[in-house]
Amino acid sequence: MTEDIKNTQKSIEPQTSPAVITRRRFLTAMTAVTGTAVAGAVVVPMVQSLEPTAAASALATTTVDLTPIEPGMQVTAMWQEKPIIVINRTPEMLATLDETMQKGLLKDPNCTVPQQPPYCKNKYRSRIPEWYVGIRICNHLCCIPHYRPKKGSVAPWWLGGFHCPCHGSMYDLSCRVIKGSPAPHNMAVPEYEIDIAKKKVVVTHMYPLAHLC
Amino acid sequence: MGLKEWVYKRSPLPEMWREHMAEYYAPKNFNIFYYAGSLLLLMVALQFLSGFLVLAHYIPSAENAYNSVFGIMYDVKYGWLMQYMHIDGSSLIFVLLYVHMARGMLYGSYKAPRELVWLIGYTLYLVFMAESFFGYVLPYSNLSYWAGTVITSLLKSIPFIGGWVTTIARGGPGISGDTLGRFMALHVTLVFILILGLIAVHILYLHKVGSNNPDGIDIKENKDSDGHPLDGIPFHPYYSVKDLSGFGVWLFIFSAIIFYAPTFHHIFLERTMSTPANALKSLPDVTPPWYLSPFYAMLRSIPNKTGGILVMVFAVLVPFILPWLDRNPVRSTRYRPVTRIMLIIFFINFFVLAWVGEQPPLPKFFLTERLGTAIYVGFFLLLPIVTMFEPTRKPPARVRYRAH
Ligand code: HEM
Ligand code: FES
Repeated sequence: MTEDIKNTQKSIEPQTSPAVITRRRFLTAMTAVTGTAVAGAVVVPMVQSLEPTAAASALATTTVDLTPIEPGMQVTAMWQEKPIIVINRTPEMLATLDETMQKGLLKDPNCTVPQQPPYCKNKYRSRIPEWYVGIRICNHLCCIPHYRPKKGSVAPWWLGGFHCPCHGSMYDLSCRVIKGSPAPHNMAVPEYEIDIAKKKVVVTHMYPLAHLC
Repeated sequence: MGLKEWVYKRSPLPEMWREHMAEYYAPKNFNIFYYAGSLLLLMVALQFLSGFLVLAHYIPSAENAYNSVFGIMYDVKYGWLMQYMHIDGSSLIFVLLYVHMARGMLYGSYKAPRELVWLIGYTLYLVFMAESFFGYVLPYSNLSYWAGTVITSLLKSIPFIGGWVTTIARGGPGISGDTLGRFMALHVTLVFILILGLIAVHILYLHKVGSNNPDGIDIKENKDSDGHPLDGIPFHPYYSVKDLSGFGVWLFIFSAIIFYAPTFHHIFLERTMSTPANALKSLPDVTPPWYLSPFYAMLRSIPNKTGGILVMVFAVLVPFILPWLDRNPVRSTRYRPVTRIMLIIFFINFFVLAWVGEQPPLPKFFLTERLGTAIYVGFFLLLPIVTMFEPTRKPPARVRYRAH
């Protein structure tokens, strides 16, 4: 057996001749190139098989009826798989919006980062001062902040607002982020229509410049 | 030719047995901390068994996952036992991992020539974090849902491709039944196989260079006429039997926890695990399991999103370079009192961070969180300087050992 192999090897050209080396290099290069191409061609469908199957959100609107929301109350509704919060703010609650600004508690008091449509770029962050409409998703890492309207409920200086259970981000009653929070920006406000006469809010679509989380 | 001989001629096993068991010489002065390694092997095996048995009843879908997990607890015969074995087992694996790593730090086991043993070991620890994360998303409880949301949201901060990676990880824009499918695939195949492979590599790399010991001295420097280390004893039968008796004691503790304190005061199984997932509500105490909470405390101690994420990633990865941060040629901290004191402060601080990470994220805890983070980071920054100048006693030539 071994004898045979030795004999065959002797009969072919010497292993170190330049021709053999060039051919080997050529074959190695060819194998490497084909191998990479095949691997690449296989990886693409493999990764793509992990992509979501169907377009997840049918781009629907959500209508919220304002009749049952009394002053001081809030309601959370689903819109495109995201929670939308609607708050009916009392005059005392609206007064805290100035107080947070005067005390310098806020990261972006004047809403310069476009986290809301231009028509909501005011201290109320809404079309109509009493009615706050926004996406209830913490700007840090996407949890749902808790509504904490009572003064002093989160810390002694607390004026009312939102507190995130995940990493403690704090927001005022306009969902403007309070200094000391890990969240970088105010919570996002979507595009919406509000009709006070008919007592309803229609959330239409995401404000494209806003950064959810 | 007998059957035994026939097999021996064809099998690689007898040689492997000699190399890794009968003729693997280990230092004779191992102490209690040296049980953790073999106990980890035992726990991984048990975790596989209990996991296999609960998987037989688990349904990875948004509608059924939570109920199927409750079904295992209440309807499946002995399902509660398998489930608590798996839940408590995962916490105990982290107890052992921390003891095992602390041992390595106390005796300088990460230093030359065992740097690769440390690197492979630390990689194992990170892979275990991933394994347990995928695992606790599977029951689709409220905690699962929000833990899954927060951790996958972290991926968004990867530059350029973050958004795409997050969608791929979740299988959609948010956590859903599709996420459960891919997390289950990761939990039971890819990541678990990675763990098994890394364990094998970890032990092979250790056996190439030999074990360290509490005195941190090289037993290969004193050999008898046969070339065996004078301070070494063959792993089998000496340490194999010792480790087996360790298994006995450990299994006793393990069963006591399963039968008498299965949730361990809701540390091993959080209360928020027993409410179903809800996309509209994050419960008040969404905190990670105790073994991840030190890093979580560091994430939220920084009032800036990018800053917090960077500090957390740094804290998780920096122990990798420990072998190169420690500049003292003497291994064991038995002979380096300053490093030993720093280590003890570091360990206590790690517990404090774990505790504060489990507290609700209220402003009154900010100071503790920030101080803890500063001590954790400070340890690694100070170490290279301290270890260059610290007073060091000369280690003995032979291991300190009392026969028993
Ligand atoms: C499931 C995970 C792990 C298993 C099964 C495992 C197993 C083992 C075993 C059986 C030994 C030899 C016995 C002993 O010295 O205790 C060992 C040694 C060692 N392991 Fe691990 N290990 C794991 C994780 C880790 C981790 C996370 C680290 C460090 C980050 C690590 C670092 C080391 C070091 C440095 C040694 C040598 C210790 C010495 O000789 O003093 N291991 N491991
Ligand atoms: S997700 Fe709200 S603070 Fe982190």
